[in-house]
Amino acid sequence: MVVPIAYYLVLSAILFSIGVGAFLIKRNIITVFMSIELMLNAVNLSFVAFAYQWHRVQGQIFVFFVMVVAAAEAAVGLAIIIAIFRARSTLNVDQVNLMKL
Amino acid sequence: MYLVLFILFGGLCVAGALNLLLQRHPINSALSLIVVMSSLAVLYLLLGAEFLAAAQVIVYSGAIMVLFTFVIMLLNAGSEERTHGSHAAYIVGIPGVAILVSLLAFIFLSARTHLAQARLGDYVVSTSDLSKILFRDLLLPFEVTSILILIAILGAVALASKEH
Repeated sequence: MVVPIAYYLVLSAILFSIGVGAFLIKRNIITVFMSIELMLNAVNLSFVAFAYQWHRVQGQIFVFFVMVVAAAEAAVGLAIIIAIFRARSTLNVDQVNLMKL
Repeated sequence: MYLVLFILFGGLCVAGALNLLLQRHPINSALSLIVVMSSLAVLYLLLGAEFLAAAQVIVYSGAIMVLFTFVIMLLNAGSEERTHGSHAAYIVGIPGVAILVSLLAFIFLSARTHLAQARLGDYVVSTSDLSKILFRDLLLPFEVTSILILIAILGAVALASKEH
């Protein structure tokens, strides 16, 4: 039995759209950050699917670099969230609307 | 068999992502995101990316999500508050997302005849194939990412440390 590559791309599109929806609707800053990770994962899936389609290794190299950058981004982003929580004692994005207190 | 595995783990991915959207407590969202990432590792294996499947489990479900759960527990994050400042997100966001997913699905399914069919074991990228490209052709970008990681660590420590 075979699965068309198009199904993988549709699955990637569904995951990306759920990530966009969660980014817009969720109010907790940590959950908003997690939905960004979900979008990155969805794009990684389409990279791997296209690497399979064209039989090229370079598509998987892209995924490797995205993983590295996502790890760096998660470390810095969570440190920023900790700093915001220290300053505001809230995690609600609606209450974080001033650059300086 | 291949189709069954794809439907099983693809469905698990979508269910986990929807659970992330619907749960109100951040720790439940984080745990469902771990489910999504682990199922994606199985999908990478089905597409013949064995190194990436291992790296997905180690880096994403291991390192990054442990960092997320650690921060959620450190900040003692409770359930999400319902605020009324985000009606625009509901009014514009949900139809926009529906349009986005249907447009992308239409494009991919109409191009289905030009795309390949995936079989198990048809095209497997071994770790040595990947490392040949990574350490020979792309050595400079690889080393630059190590500097990026170093700067990110320094930035994270500087941001999270207490000011005196």
